[in-house]
Amino acid sequence: MRVELPVEVPAQPGARKPDPVLVIDSITRSFGGVRAVDVAHLEFQRGWITGLIGPNGAGKTTLFNLLTGFDRPDTGRWTFDGMPLSRLAPHQVARRGVVRTFQLTKALAKLTVLDNMRLAAPKQTGERFIGALIGSWGRQEQANTCKAMELLTRFQLDAKAHDLAGCLSGGQRKLLEMARALMMDPTVVMLDEPMAGVNPALTESLLQHVKSLRDDGMTVVFVEHDMDVIRDISDWVVVMAQGRVIAEGRSEALSANRAVVDAYLGSHHDQALEFDADGNPVGQTAMLVAEIESELEAAIERGQDLSA
Amino acid sequence: MIDFASLLANGIAALVGPSAIFFALLAIGLNVHFGYCGLLNFGQIGFALVGGYGMGIAVLNFGLPLWAGVLVGIVAGVVLALLLGIPTLRLRADYLAIVTIAAAEILRLITRSTSMTDFSGGTQGLTGYGGSFRQLSPFDNGRFYDFYGVRFLGQDLWAICVGWAVVGLSLILVFLLVRSPWGRVLKAIREDEDAVRALGKNVFSYKMQALVLGGVFGAVGGIVFALTTQSLTPDFYSPPQTFFAYAALIIGGAGRVFGPVIGSMIFWFVLSITDNFLRQATAGSNPLISFIDNQDVGAIRFVLVGVALAVLMAFRPQGIFGKRSEVLLDAR
Repeated sequence: MRVELPVEVPAQPGARKPDPVLVIDSITRSFGGVRAVDVAHLEFQRGWITGLIGPNGAGKTTLFNLLTGFDRPDTGRWTFDGMPLSRLAPHQVARRGVVRTFQLTKALAKLTVLDNMRLAAPKQTGERFIGALIGSWGRQEQANTCKAMELLTRFQLDAKAHDLAGCLSGGQRKLLEMARALMMDPTVVMLDEPMAGVNPALTESLLQHVKSLRDDGMTVVFVEHDMDVIRDISDWVVVMAQGRVIAEGRSEALSANRAVVDAYLGSHHDQALEFDADGNPVGQTAMLVAEIESELEAAIERGQDLSA
Repeated sequence: MIDFASLLANGIAALVGPSAIFFALLAIGLNVHFGYCGLLNFGQIGFALVGGYGMGIAVLNFGLPLWAGVLVGIVAGVVLALLLGIPTLRLRADYLAIVTIAAAEILRLITRSTSMTDFSGGTQGLTGYGGSFRQLSPFDNGRFYDFYGVRFLGQDLWAICVGWAVVGLSLILVFLLVRSPWGRVLKAIREDEDAVRALGKNVFSYKMQALVLGGVFGAVGGIVFALTTQSLTPDFYSPPQTFFAYAALIIGGAGRVFGPVIGSMIFWFVLSITDNFLRQATAGSNPLISFIDNQDVGAIRFVLVGVALAVLMAFRPQGIFGKRSEVLLDAR
């Protein structure tokens, strides 16, 4: 099922969307001499699941860090619902409704699963020093506990509510992080590689949960480097390589996009690989292997470091 | 022969004595810093110094009444925490550790400097600020009070009663705070501050609040101890004191409300017992232990405490009150 639009969005980098929730303009970030992110214009459509893909080092996570205040850009502005979001601290971004998760899950190990959830509830009286001592935060805490338990049930973690979060498996931590983000009633959920390090059996269930976020009216932006994962669930795909947005479009249209395929596979991608019964390369493949090997040998003779 | 009755009586006197109170208060502060919020403060003794000296200087140099001096001491602790926290709390945890240990040494060296003699008493220290504290005592200051062989001088007994009352109030405050959502944010910051930022909490503000609160406990410890001893000497406030407080915290269990208090009591009980035992065993013409010189006892008792700590870490790394399941998570 896919969200349809009255107008068709052109499949080109920087395309205008009918109702963008996040609009990014000329954002750049360099580390030393490397331009990690260099995006001229990018819009994320409200109510869509937008997949942000690209090979390793394409700048996806850096872009995430910039948008959520965890990193400072060299230049650039971006707005959320028309309000400027640039130069805000991470917690201010989160309070405005743009909530992120992390590639390496950050479950708070020595807190219980339930406490992880309740922590995320916004505007708690008991979180202020004076409020904690003399305020009556009990009722609010009860309401937050109810909400937390509902979300934990939805993510099949209710049985674990009173266990320490450090005891959860990798996939369960991803679920917890997603559920925790929902405690804040976000407008935009930004998931950094929600499928990374997750048992394949759990991937399908995770994907369904991501879809359910959209069905609840949230905008989802997620980073992924596996094209197959993205194909099923995303309404729109943005492809990054070397810090730039090189393509945008519906996922099925992108598989045919020459620039995307080159970015992922290099220029030898269209050649079918052939092997004999013993697993040795034959024909064109053998020549390709010989070419790669001679390049490697030359590199070693030059004293180049191959590990890099 | 070893006199076990006096050994035990001295041990119990140390268990509830002024040192146990002082280090309990320091460790309660460190528990807020390190046990709950993950802040590495290696200069807790500096907070005790500004507390004690703040009070002493306010009373002696500015003629304030003692209660106002106590307030000055507490405010000095708050100011020190703010000064140390503003530049370091946005950085990684190690920066706070470096800055706090250096700041505590700077404070000690300034107060003991001869150029400061007119103000802080220099190496002589300060006396005569706490007379009104002793006047409040319901006990006869010069008399010995005997509790089944454990003897306290009246003036010390008064200080001990006040000290434990302060410890009790501090524990109630910590208990109320750490069971609240405020305490939950602190514990979450200890686990992973970026996750807490991503959940919309102002991490810097919470770390600052924790640093100030723990610093105030340190300052209060300094005030109570200065009122007990009725004198302030700069070299008492040396770096090892902070580490004794850490030892007490770890023995009792970091991140537990009662951990620092029980840890401090045990620390001073064990120190007193080993000290008295070794002194008795090495004294006289035909000592029980002949290979240790009586002069070395002071150093050797710390070696024994070190060994005891190592054994504790091996068999009960979570301390006395800690939860084993939490410590095991770190090993994963």
